[in-house]
Parts: sequence; structure tokens; C-alpha cells
Amino acid sequence: MKRVVITGLGPLTPIGMGAEAFAEAQRAGRSGIGPITRFDASPISCRIAGEVKDDYLQFLDAREARRVDRYVQYALAAAALAVRDSGMTEEELRGERTGTLVGSGIGGMETFEAQAKVFFERGAGRISPMFIPMMIANMASGHVAMRYGATGPSSTVVTACATGSGALGEAMRYIQLGEADVMLAGGSEAAVTPMAIGGFANMKAVSTRNDEPHRASRPFSASRDGFVLGEGAGIVVLEELEHARARGARIYAELLGYGVSADAHHVTMPAPEGRGAQVAMRMALRSAGVNPEEVGYVNAHGTSTPANDLAETQAIKSVFGAHARELMVSSTKSMTGHLLGAAGAIEAIATAQALADGVIPPTINLDDPDPELDLDYVPHEAREARVKVAMSNSFAFGGQNAVLVMRTFEG
Amino acid sequence: METFEQVKEVIVEKLGVDADKVTPEARFVEDLGADSLETVELIMGLEDKFGISISDEDAEGIRTVQAAVDYIGSKQ
Repeated sequence: MKRVVITGLGPLTPIGMGAEAFAEAQRAGRSGIGPITRFDASPISCRIAGEVKDDYLQFLDAREARRVDRYVQYALAAAALAVRDSGMTEEELRGERTGTLVGSGIGGMETFEAQAKVFFERGAGRISPMFIPMMIANMASGHVAMRYGATGPSSTVVTACATGSGALGEAMRYIQLGEADVMLAGGSEAAVTPMAIGGFANMKAVSTRNDEPHRASRPFSASRDGFVLGEGAGIVVLEELEHARARGARIYAELLGYGVSADAHHVTMPAPEGRGAQVAMRMALRSAGVNPEEVGYVNAHGTSTPANDLAETQAIKSVFGAHARELMVSSTKSMTGHLLGAAGAIEAIATAQALADGVIPPTINLDDPDPELDLDYVPHEAREARVKVAMSNSFAFGGQNAVLVMRTFEG
Repeated sequence: METFEQVKEVIVEKLGVDADKVTPEARFVEDLGADSLETVELIMGLEDKFGISISDEDAEGIRTVQAAVDYIGSKQ
């Protein structure tokens, strides 16, 4: 099989846009969570989120921007960031050797809500003809392909919170099989909308620490009370190794393994002991061809919900055995919030940066460790450490799990 | 406001084009770059703006800014 390397990073997140700003914010342990500004959230129990603050519209022309949902706007901006970071020209990307695999957990929620209002108030005859093409969840891949003239393998992963990891894993396969030289892969989400926040709030899935937004996402702490929704996108340039070498590309890391599984247990609760997660983690290690003892860092799913953080910790202990004590395990969601379908992608970016830069991002807000959760979660501050192999976990509603394994590139 | 100016407003909003490109002889598809979906949106926008109903058959014939102005004039 062909080898796959990561050669371009495009994070658009609540803590920064572009690889450098994103890395810097992680090193500083900055929270991107604040009061919701996009709409009046006062009737909802959860009134905080991680919104995008940067001027991402600079990457779109005005006409393009008004024809797509916000989640596609984010994807196009993240793709532009990743392509720029990779040093590839648009000319090099054109054609059937470049593919696109950008997912979304939800798709065009904002568009859906706006058009539902039109429908109920004015009838079916007034629904915009742009409604469906703006809303559907495959449009991020579609628009990124159109932007670059990329006619190679194209698909969409929709596995809720595991979407971003699944997209990178599936994209890796196309390159390994020789069907593409380059894949633009990742996830995008724009679900800071009244209905999405209201829905998550009524599930009791999200934090209601409204008076302390910066401290609300607190994975692995005893006082964690749910995740905090974030928005944005993460897209990476995945490239076949010889293709990357031939153009002298900067290589952040080698993407080695991908595991994917189902809990087959419950719509929102993880299986006891994180059993489904264990299946995906073991599969990812096996497909990477690495032993558990070689892994030095795990970018956890770490949502800050009571159930996830316990099940994930148990799963890590089961998969890694005694080596779990040697692992650094951190949740960058403590800073970014939970970007749902984009989460796995921005966390793969954080993981690649940890390998390339030798800086492990922290779990912030871990002021009151849960006595049941006793791994090294890299609390409060980033840590300088050279790690060779890292894992990034994503576990979704629906019980779908996706896990990536990557390694420092050594030639 | 005269009909032309009102039509121009709708076109600028629905097609996202510069106002100075919206001349009477401008064609929606060829000159203003509208695709099939945007053409539908434009017709719906004109219906809303002028409180009229434009049948699919009539909409087929409205291909330029002036044609839209004339059609609306005939309906009012």
C-alpha cells in the first residue's frame, strides 16, 4: 500500500484560524468559549458556545458566500488555509488525482431553520430553490471539489462527532489504494443555531455553566457537566508520500492507521467500559502496524460529559494496559469546545502539530480531577515532549467510533 | 421609485451582482451569470417585491432586465 503523509493544515476554530494561530492558542491554553452572540439564547438553558471570531470570509467571494450555508463557508475557508499551508498551487490540484472527503455532523442547520420559518409562515411555494443544495451534508465536499477542479474520489462521512476522523481515515484509504495522490479531507460544522443548541440543551448533553464560559469545557474534571458546542472546520491535505517528496513538501506527520467501529449499544450513551471505542482503538493500532507501547500521546475525544470521559478513560486503560500510565492524554476540546463533525479533523491537526512541534496541548480547566479518572491528562499547561506515535479518538452519537494513528515522519 | 430601480434592487440582492451591471438590456443568464436555481429565486423575489404571481410559462419569457420591467408593468 502507498504511504500517506499530512502536508497541509487548515484549522478554522474558536481559538484561531490557520495552523500557526491554532498552535499558538493551544500552547497558551486559551479557551475559545464565550456567550452566544449569534442569536438570543436567553430562553435556552445553555447560552455559551465556541464561535468563530476570525475573518474567514476573506477566502470566499461575496457571490459564493451567499449561495452556501455557513458550514460550507467554513469548509471553503479551511480548504483554502490547508492548500495555502501545503504550498500546492491550484493548478497542481486540478484533475482526477485529487479527491475530496469533507464531512459534517449536521449540515446546513441555519439554512434549514430559516427555510422552515418560510414554509410555516408563507407556504411551500415560497421555499427557496437554494434550500436543498445549501442544506445537504455532502455540499462541503462538493464545493471544495468545485473550487479546485478536483475530480478524483469524492465522498462524505456523516458520523456525528466522529465525522472528521472518519473523513481522514476514509480519505487515507483512497491514497493507500493508489486511487488519488492528494485528498482534501476533514469536517465542518456550523450548529450554533437556536434549534441545535435547544436540542442539545434538552438532551442535557451540554454544559450550563453560563456564568463562566471559559471554564465550562472541563474534560476529566469532577465538576464537568456536559460539552460546549463549538463551530468551525478542519481540513488537511493528505498526500501520497512520493508525491509529497517529489515537490519537496513539508511533512507534519505520517497518517498510519484508522479504526472504525460501532458500539451497537445506545443512541447517546457509550457502551460500558467504552467497549466499542476499544474495538476502534485496537483496529487503528493494528492497521498502523504499531504496538500500544509505541504510542506516547492520545488526543482524547474528551467531551467533558460525565459518561464519555469515564468510558474513554476505561477504554484507554483496557487497550494500553500498564502503558496507559505512561501515556499523555489530553482533550483539546477543553479549549475549542466540541465541533461535532469538525472535531476529529481539528484534533487530527492538533495531533499532527504535537508530533511535528514536540509540544503536547493541555487539558485546561482540570482544576478538580475526578478521582475515578487517573491518567496523565496534561492538565492546565502545554508540555514539551517528543513523541513518535500518537492517537486521536472520536466517538459519536449513534455509537460510531473513529480513531486515527499517526507517526512523526522520519523518511 | 420607478419599476426599473425596484427590479434592479431585487436582482442585486438575489444574484449578488454589482448594481452598475444591471442595465435594461442585461440578460440574466449570459450577462449576470444566473444559473437555473438563481433564476427561480429571482422570479420569486420579483413576485414578492411586486405582489404578483408569475406563472412558469411567463417566467420562461423573462430573460432580460427590460423584459422583467415590461412584464411587471403589464401586470400593474
